[in-house]
Amino acid sequence: MFELLGIPPQALFGQLLLGLINGAFYAMLSLGLAVIFGLLNVINFTHGAQYMMGAFAAWMLLEWAGVPYWGALVIAPIVVGAIGIAMERLFLRHLYHLDHLYGLLLTFGLALIIEGVFRKQFGSTGLPYANPLPGGTRLDFMFLPWYRAWIVAASLAICLGTWFMIERTKLGSYLRAATERPDLVQAFGINVPRMITLTYGFGVGLAALAGVLAAPAYNVNPLMGSNLIIIVFAVVVIGGMGSIMGAIVTGFALGIIEGLTKVFYPEASNTVIFIIMAIVLMLKPAGLFGTPK
Amino acid sequence: MNNAAITLTSQPAIAKNRDLSILAMLVCIAIVAPLVIYPVFLMKVLCFALFALAFNLLIGYVGLLSFGHAMFFGGAAYISGHVVKVWGWSPELGILAGTVCAALLGLVTGVLAIRRQGIYFAMVTLALAQMVFFFCVQAPFTGGEDGIQAIPRRPILGLFDLSNDYAFYYVVLAIFTFGFLVIWRTIHSPFGQVLKAIRENEPRAISLGYRVEQYKLLAFVLSAALAGMAGATKAIVFQLASLTDVSWQMSGEVVLMTLVGGMGTVFGPIVGAGVIITMQNYLAGFGEWVLVIQGVIFVVVVLAFRKGIVGELQAWWQRRQNQKG
Repeated sequence: MFELLGIPPQALFGQLLLGLINGAFYAMLSLGLAVIFGLLNVINFTHGAQYMMGAFAAWMLLEWAGVPYWGALVIAPIVVGAIGIAMERLFLRHLYHLDHLYGLLLTFGLALIIEGVFRKQFGSTGLPYANPLPGGTRLDFMFLPWYRAWIVAASLAICLGTWFMIERTKLGSYLRAATERPDLVQAFGINVPRMITLTYGFGVGLAALAGVLAAPAYNVNPLMGSNLIIIVFAVVVIGGMGSIMGAIVTGFALGIIEGLTKVFYPEASNTVIFIIMAIVLMLKPAGLFGTPK
Repeated sequence: MNNAAITLTSQPAIAKNRDLSILAMLVCIAIVAPLVIYPVFLMKVLCFALFALAFNLLIGYVGLLSFGHAMFFGGAAYISGHVVKVWGWSPELGILAGTVCAALLGLVTGVLAIRRQGIYFAMVTLALAQMVFFFCVQAPFTGGEDGIQAIPRRPILGLFDLSNDYAFYYVVLAIFTFGFLVIWRTIHSPFGQVLKAIRENEPRAISLGYRVEQYKLLAFVLSAALAGMAGATKAIVFQLASLTDVSWQMSGEVVLMTLVGGMGTVFGPIVGAGVIITMQNYLAGFGEWVLVIQGVIFVVVVLAFRKGIVGELQAWWQRRQNQKG
């Protein structure tokens, strides 16, 4: 079959794996966006910058403090999440009573600031981050580097863990209730403003965790976030933000489709997600997993 | 969605005459301006002011935040650059071609984008603009990273020599005034009143029997066409069409200009464009800090200064009038 298509299986499975990895990042980032949007009604344009900050935090921990990758995996999301909490306290909370668009504009401005500062400090060429899991294994049809396998496994665990926490635990049920009716939840004695702050911190931490995972796979680059966030927006429009599982499935699926496009029609690989978005908008404007309002 | 917060109260009919006299005054100032200010700088301000006016037509009068207007601005710049440089068209035909192509692009993207509202509309337009950006990176006629350079400035209408900056300035001023009058006429027409009704309360406009989708689409196409006119003119002024013009940063810049000047005000976008372009001119030496400063302005304006310069002035004037009366 592969010979018929004129494509060697190594290339096909190699691109599939790369697509799966891209999809893992789409899934993690759109998950965070969906959780934040659910409670805060803010589209977090800073999400890409926070992902980039996660990667840089890992780099700084390694270069300046000698903390290895596995330590950064824990410390970086906590640090960046704490910065996110400070941003919510200082800026975002003044906008909740206004139109959602102001949240988008504010977070866009914050993203410009963060990105500009990192570019000034580190240039825009990118910095290398050593692979903590060198080597790999040879399968029948392809070579599987350990680190790539780790990204896929870790991101699946993170996504499913988040899904479980939100859909199956008591804490998650508070969160879902506050998404629907914050006033009622407040009346039951739950501190909703604190919950909003912590949710934002959690979403930002998730972005930073994705950034740490990305650091050894791609270069650590101040622009890595803004390039990704627009694609993630398209993913969110395709999937709809109503469902956690929807965000995960859409993210991985679109990554795989993008990978396949690289094999069969490379010219369209940059645009295929946007084209799918256009088709989905025509057929099902609310998104694949969204509910029309 | 409640857009009342984002825009100012609609202007009463008396304001029409006041607006026109302000415009006449501005045009008078603009006519003598090149005696004291470098004309190329003024042309840049006028092109971006027209771009911001076109953007403001959507956010200010229909309540739609487009985060992808660079696709019309930059797309039209490429088209006019190509037809003037490679096909040897005259500049007026080049600008017309850019405007028409931007309108067509606006029709296609508008049909898709108006299917979602509010925050999704912003994300859809941003994503579609990114698609156009990637197209421009790969398409053979755009020149990739170099863009289209050295676009010739031929005489316009076969009469005026555009290689003279002063002569070209008055042509750009005429194009700008035309664009302004189109927008001014639109927002004061019955069509514009329906747009405002959609902005204030869309379900109600639907229940009154208006086909809001068609109104939104027409406003979107008009805004796209005028943004394209601004981009096409800019390409011939600077003899350059490049990837910067179609990038998301450019989309963000026009949002910033309109926000600083005052969303939903008639003259706000012009003031905003003037302020931001002047700032960029003085800060050009600071390199990366320009983006940081733009980000800071975004944050400050959104948190403390949402009406923008013209909006705050109008509110101040209103308070004064109330105190007197």
